Amino acid sequence: MSISAYNLRVKGQVQGVGFRPFVHNLAARLGVCGFVKNGPQGVVIHAQAETAVLTQFKQRLLDEQPSMSLIETIDMTPAQVVPTLTDFSIKTSETGALDLGVTPDAAVCRECLAELFDPHNRRYRYPFINCTHCGPRYSLIKALPYDRKHTTMADFAFCQPCLDEYKAADNRRFHAQPNACATCGPTLFFHNAKGEKQASIDPIAETLEVINRGGIVAIKGIGGFHLACDGRNDEAVKRLRVLKQRGQKPFAIMAANPASLAPYIDLTVERTQRLQAMDAPIVLCPIKENQSSTLSKVIAPQLAWMGVMLPHSPVHHLLFHKAAGEPTGLKWLDQPQALLLVMTSANRCGNPLLIDNQKALTELTGIADGFLLHNRDIHVRCDDSVVSAVGEKPRLIRRGRGLSPQFIPLSCGFSIVDKSVLAVGSFFKNTLCLTKGDRAYVSQYMGDLDNPECCRALHTTVEHLTSLLGIKPDLVVSDLHPDFYSTQFAEHYSQEHSIPLIKVQHHHAHIASVVAEHQIKTPVLGVALDGFGLGLEGELWGGELLYVHQGEFTRLAHLSPLTLPGGERAAKEPWRMAAAALYDLGRGEEISQRFADQPGADLIGQLLDKQLNCPTTTSAGRLFDTVAGLLGITTTNQYEAQAAMMLESLAYTYLQNHPWPEASPLIDSVDGNLNCAPLLAAISHCEDAGYGAALFHQQLIDGLARWISEQSQRTAVTKVVLAGGCFLNALLTDGVTRQLQANNIDLYCAEKLPCNDGGIALGQAHIALEMEVK
Amino acid sequence: MVHGSGGKAMAQLIDELFLNAFSNPWLDEMNDQACFQLPAGRVVMATDSHVISPLFFPGGDIGCLSVHGTVNDVAMSGAVPKYLSAGFILEEGYPLADLQTIVTSMAAAAEEAGVYIVTGDTKVVERGKGDGCFITTTGIGVVPEGVSMGADRVTAGDKIIVSGSLGDHGVAIMSLRENLTFETTIESDTQSLNDLVAAMVEVVPDIHCLRDPTRGGLSATLNEIAQQSKVGMQVYETEIPVKPQVKAACEFLGLDPLFVANEGKLVAFCPADKAEQLLAVMRAHPKGMDAAIIGDVIEDDLQFVQMQTAFGGNRMVDWINGEQLPRIC
Ligand SMILES: [Fe+3]
Ligand SMILES: [Mg+2]
Ligand SMILES: [Zn+2]
Ligand SMILES: [Zn+2]
Repeated sequence: MSISAYNLRVKGQVQGVGFRPFVHNLAARLGVCGFVKNGPQGVVIHAQAETAVLTQFKQRLLDEQPSMSLIETIDMTPAQVVPTLTDFSIKTSETGALDLGVTPDAAVCRECLAELFDPHNRRYRYPFINCTHCGPRYSLIKALPYDRKHTTMADFAFCQPCLDEYKAADNRRFHAQPNACATCGPTLFFHNAKGEKQASIDPIAETLEVINRGGIVAIKGIGGFHLACDGRNDEAVKRLRVLKQRGQKPFAIMAANPASLAPYIDLTVERTQRLQAMDAPIVLCPIKENQSSTLSKVIAPQLAWMGVMLPHSPVHHLLFHKAAGEPTGLKWLDQPQALLLVMTSANRCGNPLLIDNQKALTELTGIADGFLLHNRDIHVRCDDSVVSAVGEKPRLIRRGRGLSPQFIPLSCGFSIVDKSVLAVGSFFKNTLCLTKGDRAYVSQYMGDLDNPECCRALHTTVEHLTSLLGIKPDLVVSDLHPDFYSTQFAEHYSQEHSIPLIKVQHHHAHIASVVAEHQIKTPVLGVALDGFGLGLEGELWGGELLYVHQGEFTRLAHLSPLTLPGGERAAKEPWRMAAAALYDLGRGEEISQRFADQPGADLIGQLLDKQLNCPTTTSAGRLFDTVAGLLGITTTNQYEAQAAMMLESLAYTYLQNHPWPEASPLIDSVDGNLNCAPLLAAISHCEDAGYGAALFHQQLIDGLARWISEQSQRTAVTKVVLAGGCFLNALLTDGVTRQLQANNIDLYCAEKLPCNDGGIALGQAHIALEMEVK
Repeated sequence: MVHGSGGKAMAQLIDELFLNAFSNPWLDEMNDQACFQLPAGRVVMATDSHVISPLFFPGGDIGCLSVHGTVNDVAMSGAVPKYLSAGFILEEGYPLADLQTIVTSMAAAAEEAGVYIVTGDTKVVERGKGDGCFITTTGIGVVPEGVSMGADRVTAGDKIIVSGSLGDHGVAIMSLRENLTFETTIESDTQSLNDLVAAMVEVVPDIHCLRDPTRGGLSATLNEIAQQSKVGMQVYETEIPVKPQVKAACEFLGLDPLFVANEGKLVAFCPADKAEQLLAVMRAHPKGMDAAIIGDVIEDDLQFVQMQTAFGGNRMVDWINGEQLPRIC
C-alpha cells in the first residue's frame, strides 16, 4: 500500500460556506492526511492517502459539498509526499487578492432549525441563528475579504461560547461570520403603529396578534422589509391593497411548509423542491381549481397561479412556531399549519424595497399597524427572487435574494482579453453586470429606472460591486435608447473614467444573454419577444428574429407591425391596441361601441386617420395586449404585462378542461415576416374569451415554430435562442419547445437569469467581450 | 408678393405697412439702424426666430408670438425690455392681407408690452422655399439695480413657482394642426410676461432665477437649471396647474403636459422665506392668477428632477433627447 500526495485546487463559491470544516471532516473520515486553506483562487487542499482513497475523496468533495457551496472545478496535481503529515488540519488563510464569488443569502438550514426549536439549546428561539451552511451573506457584506469586521455584524462582539464555536475547526460555526446568540448578537423589537418602541412585550407574539386582528405588520427580513397580513382575511388583504395603492398586482403568500400550501396550490415534486431550496424564492405555482379556499380571493386576482414561499429567516419561522403553539422539535415543521401570510415588499409605488429601520418607520406610517424590527443592518438591498414553476421547467422572473450576486461562468476565451466590462442594463427591472476574466457578476434586481431611488441604486450598486469584487471596468456598455437613465449613466461613467462606451441593441442583448449563459460559440438564430426595445434606425422593435454571432447581428425577420395610438400610452391601455387592430382590419366603426367606457374611444379614429402620435411597433408584448383588448379581458394594464398574464391564465384554465383548439394556420408569412392580421380578425369575433386565449396561444406557438424552422433551414443554423419577457409565458415556451424538438433544432432559453430585461446586462457585457475577442 | 427688382413697388408697400403699424420716433427716422439711449445698468439682449405652423391659432398668431417670445427671453433675466428689431422672411405670393394681420398683431403685442420695434428687415424668398412667413426678433432691455438672476444661482431650499397652467400652447397648436375636435377649444397662452416680472422683481428682488418653459416644457427647464445650479428638484404633481381640457387632451394624445411647450408662463426660483410673498404678488397680477408653488429645490449630487405623483409614488422627470420615444417594455 503506497501513499501518494496531491494538491487540489477547488474553484467556485467555496468560501464563507463551511467548506473547510467540510473538507476537514471528510478527510478525517477517510483517513486522508494533509491540510486545507483558503487561497486567492478558492480553496487549496494538500491530501495524502492511497490513490483509491484520494479518488474517492475528490468525488465525495463534489457529491457531498455544503449546501451553499458551488464547486466550479477541482484541479488535481501530483505533489511531494510530506512524511511528517499525520493528520488533517485547517490552515489560516493566505493573504493577497481574493478572486472569489460573493455568496448569496441562504435560508435557515435544518440543523439550525433543530436548535431553534430545542428548548435546551442555548439558541432556543433566537431569531438570528445561523451557521456556515446558512444565513445572511451578501445582504450584510460591506467589503471583502469576507470577515466579520467587513459586515454589518461588526458592531456585535462575540461572547465566549460563540467565539469558541467560531474558532473550532470541526464546528458548524467555524468562521461563521454572522455567528451570534442571545447574549452577544442582534435583538428583535416591536414598534407600534405610531412608531413607538414597545419594550416590555414579546415582539413575535405581538406581531402575530396584530396580524390575527387583521392588521398589517412591517417585518424586517434578510434583504429588506415585507408588509405582512393574514392571507386568510379578505378584509386585511383588501386594506393592504388600498393602503399600498396596489390595485390588482398579485401578492405572494408565505406558508410554514409545502403541506400548508397543498390545499390551495397544485404542488409537484419539482415545485416543492424549488420552494425548499436554499435560495427560498417566491415560486409561482398553479392555484388548485375548485379549492374550498380559506385563502383570500384578492391575493392574485384573475390569475391562474400564485406566488408562494417558505420562511427563510429564523424570524419568519418563529412567527409560524408561535402560531402553532410553540411546539418542541421539528415534527411540526412538516405538518400543515393554518397561518398563511401575505408578504409583499415594503415600499411605496415603485420605490425600492425599504431596508432601513428609520426609513421604514417614517415611510410606512399609515400603512403598518406595527413594526417587527431588529438591529442587524441590511447593507445590500435584495428583493425576493421570483421563479415561475407553472410550466415544464422553472423559469426565473426576478433574481434577488438567495441568488445574487452568484457569478455566471462565461466561455473561457474571455479571460484572454483580460478586459473587465460594466454593463448597465436597460430600463425595466434593471440589473447591472460586471465581468472579470471568465466570470460575469450580475447584480440583484434594482427596479425600474423611472424611479429616482432606483436610479440612485444604480450608482450605489456600481460602486459597491466594483469595490467588493475589485473590478475596474475597461469598457462600459448600455442600451441604444438615449432616454434610459442607464444609458445616460453609462455616457457619464465613460467620460468620467475615460473608458470606451459601447451601445448595444436591446434584442441583440436579450439573445446574447442566453448565448452567454450557455457558452455558445457558434452562430444562433435568436427570437426575442418582448415589450419594446429601440431598433437600429430608431424603430420600436419587440418581436424579432435575429442571426447572432460574435458580437454582431442581422435582423432576419420580425412580427408584422402594430400601431400604437398615443405612443407609450397605448402600451398601458390594451383597448387602444385593440382599437388600432380593428381600424387596420377596416372596422374602425366598431371602436366607439366596443370601448364605450374608455375616454377618447370616439376620438381615437382621428388619431389613426391622421397618424398622430401613432408609431408602429413589431412588439410581441403589444400583440398580447391587442388580443386581450379584442377579447375584452382588460382595457387598461394596472401593472406591467397584466394583459399578457391574464391572457395566459385564461388559456391555462381553459386547457385544464378542454383540448387545444384545432384550427388551420391563421398566421402567415409575408416576406419572411410573421403576419398576425388573420389571427387578430378571428380573435375579434371570439365570443368565448377562454377559447380565444387558447386559440391565440395555439396559433402563436404554431406560427413561431414554423417561422423558426423555415429560417433555420434557410440559414442552416440549428441553434435557436428564445429570449425576451414574453417567454415567461409557460404555455408559449413549452409549446414552441415541444414543436421544435421534433425538428432537429437545439433550443436554448435563459436559466440562471430572467429572460426579461433583468437579463439584459449580461447580454450587453457578453457582446462587448465578443467584440474585444475578435 | 414677388421678389427681385420687379417687386420694387411691392417692397415699398410692405415697408409702408410696417411703418404704419410700428410707427415710433426711431423707426420713423428710416435709417438702416436705430440709435437710442438706455438707462444705466446691465444691458440684456436676446434673439429668437419664430417658425410656427399654422401661422394663426386660437389665442394668437406668429406676429404676437414673435414679440412675446423675445420680450419674455429678455424679461427672464429680470430686465425691463425696451427695444426690438424684427426680421421677416416671406414666401413669394404670401397674401398681403395675412401679412397685415400679422403685423397689426405684432404692433399690438409690442404696445401691450411697452416695447418699440425700432429697426427691421424683410426678405422675400422663392415660392416653396419658405413656409409663408418667418419672423426673427431681437430684444434689448436693462436690468434694474439689485437684481441678479441666473440659471446657476438656484440653491437648495429655494421654492419653485410657476405662473399658471402648463401645456396650453403646445396642445392648442397640435389640436389645430391636426384638426382635432375636442369639446372645448384650447387656446395658446402666448403673452408677454415683462409686466408680471416687473411686479415680481419689485417686491422680491432676490429671485434667484426666472425661465420661460417654452420648447421641451417644464421638464426641460427644470432639468437644465438643476444641471447648471448643481441641485436636485422635487415637484408635486398635484400642485402643478394643468387645465382639465389640456390634461384630457394630453392623456388622449399620449403626451405628457410637462414636456409640452408654453409661450406665456414662467418658472421662478426664489428663497423659501420669500415664496409666499412672491406668490401673492403673482396671483394679484392678471398674468399670474393661477400661479402655484410646485416644489422645492433640494441638494442632490445626481441633480435629479423628481416628481411625487398623484398616487404618492416618485418618478423621474426625464431629460429627453429630442422627441419622446416610448420606453415601455
Ligand atoms: Fe426587453
Ligand atoms: Mg430664445
Ligand atoms: Zn445553519
Ligand atoms: Zn454569543
